[in-house]
Amino acid sequence: MYNKTIAELIAGLQAGDFSSVELTQSYLERINALDEQLNSFITVTPELALEQAKQADAQRAAGNAGILNGIPLAQKDIFCTKGVKTSCGSRMLDPFISPYNATTIEKFNQSGAVMLGKTNMDEFAMGSSNETSWYGPVKNPWSLSTVPGGSSGGSAAAVAARLTPAATGTDTGGSIRQPASFCGITGLKPTYGRVSRYGMIAFASSLDQAGPMTRTAEDAALMLNVMAGIDPRDSTSVDAPVPDYSATLNDSLDGLKIGLPKEYFSEGLDDAVAKVIDAAVKEYEKMGATVKEVSLPNSKLAVPTYYIIAPSECSSNLSRMDGVRFGHRCEDPKDLNDLYIRSRGEGFGPEVKRRILVGTYALSEGFYDAYYVKAQKTRRLITNDFNQAFDDVDVIMGPAAPSTAFNIGELTDDPITMYLSDIYTIAVNLAGLPGMSIPAGFVNNMPVGLQLIGKHFSEARLLNIAHQYQQNTDWHNQTPEQFS
Amino acid sequence: MSKLDKSDVEKIAFLARLGIDEQDIPEYATNLSNILDMVEQLDSVNTDDVTPMAHPLDAVQRMRADEVTEVNDRENLQAHAPEVEAGLFLVPRVVE
Repeated sequence: MYNKTIAELIAGLQAGDFSSVELTQSYLERINALDEQLNSFITVTPELALEQAKQADAQRAAGNAGILNGIPLAQKDIFCTKGVKTSCGSRMLDPFISPYNATTIEKFNQSGAVMLGKTNMDEFAMGSSNETSWYGPVKNPWSLSTVPGGSSGGSAAAVAARLTPAATGTDTGGSIRQPASFCGITGLKPTYGRVSRYGMIAFASSLDQAGPMTRTAEDAALMLNVMAGIDPRDSTSVDAPVPDYSATLNDSLDGLKIGLPKEYFSEGLDDAVAKVIDAAVKEYEKMGATVKEVSLPNSKLAVPTYYIIAPSECSSNLSRMDGVRFGHRCEDPKDLNDLYIRSRGEGFGPEVKRRILVGTYALSEGFYDAYYVKAQKTRRLITNDFNQAFDDVDVIMGPAAPSTAFNIGELTDDPITMYLSDIYTIAVNLAGLPGMSIPAGFVNNMPVGLQLIGKHFSEARLLNIAHQYQQNTDWHNQTPEQFS
Repeated sequence: MSKLDKSDVEKIAFLARLGIDEQDIPEYATNLSNILDMVEQLDSVNTDDVTPMAHPLDAVQRMRADEVTEVNDRENLQAHAPEVEAGLFLVPRVVE
């Protein structure tokens, strides 16, 4: 049962081959037996899951099944879930039992989905390897000595190891696409504002976006059908029509114009990864697409721009973690400053502290124009490059990451090299564009992801482009040996 | 240019109300200096005529009608607070 996609599970539930309770039970058993090796879950919620499954089965019997009725899912521990610990991978929120549901959780509940538990992640989504989690690193199911990527590393590992049919992730600089690439799954970061951020613990508010992490593009479409749409509780969610993302998956790619940014195939890209990407693009040519070189001349500015904007916004967002209203509080504070300083000092790990410090510095008096405003200007230059490229092409393709998964511990002493593992994904967040990573092959038995970047609100087209590739290739069906 | 020393880190950490262990300060100073060196690449780009981009879709904040939509949910919201008494969050004495 565990090797099926959401689409196949929906068919099985509809045909009565199994119930949601049976399905949920089988995943809970798998998590119980195998997750010790991976650490992909922070919290497993068996009672809640079985109760939701029972309810889903009853709804189906009564003839009012929602679109994901009875389908088990894992939720990244960044989404507030009522009555369930919502830690965001941090000691700071280890005591936090959320009093409300994120809109995304609410929507999945309404669709009849079942929550298996909350997945591990880099602390407050700050990291590219899942090593900054207070709950310990997650292992990559393809090789347990390597990282799964981050920050949605627990979600990616759990989907790759078939501990859940699918999961949610969030992506501020690559946190869905880079782990999807490292773990050999399908990940979609929608256009900024496509999915509500309400109840999704904020990291960098002008960049954060939630999306599905699945086996296939077909499943990602099913998930996005539930997640997308305006939310009165998130004033940055966009009031744009939500198409049926499943309806156009089988559209022809004949005449599709693919742009390959020359800056994404230059120094820094692993040669073997480049070969995999070249082969994937050739596959698209066979399907009727044409390929053209494009240029994103300001690409090299993306990482420095991001490391002003993201830390600045995070230093502001994380100021709410003050030990007063929720979360960790130090013992015996002697005065209010001591309460703030020690609660935050004990609650946050080193990477979060680094970013709060950088952001506080960049926003401090006398430096605001030199750093934050300057970065907002280079952000526009980066965005203009994409707009220009999209005058000539329908989709931009390239690697999702410069290499396959690196070893646990390999980059932890070198923050800047770690930051560069997001070099191909960060610009997409700065421009607010939708992006995907889909499995495109292997280097030394480790998965490689092909990145697809589209125009604003072109998720349906991206899913179509990804789905057609998956109809013609088998990379997305590969399972890590230890978990097959 | 952006070499930060121990006292800079201490000052920034206090602005952020962020406790940092004394022995970790030199490492933070090095990390932060390296990050600032990296972002100084941006200085080489002329952005004189560029409008800062605050929102990826250049959208403005959507307004809503000024109506009460939330109910008072104090008990639920305070259920997991570190210290609460009589519906109030407790902190160390601020005014003597």
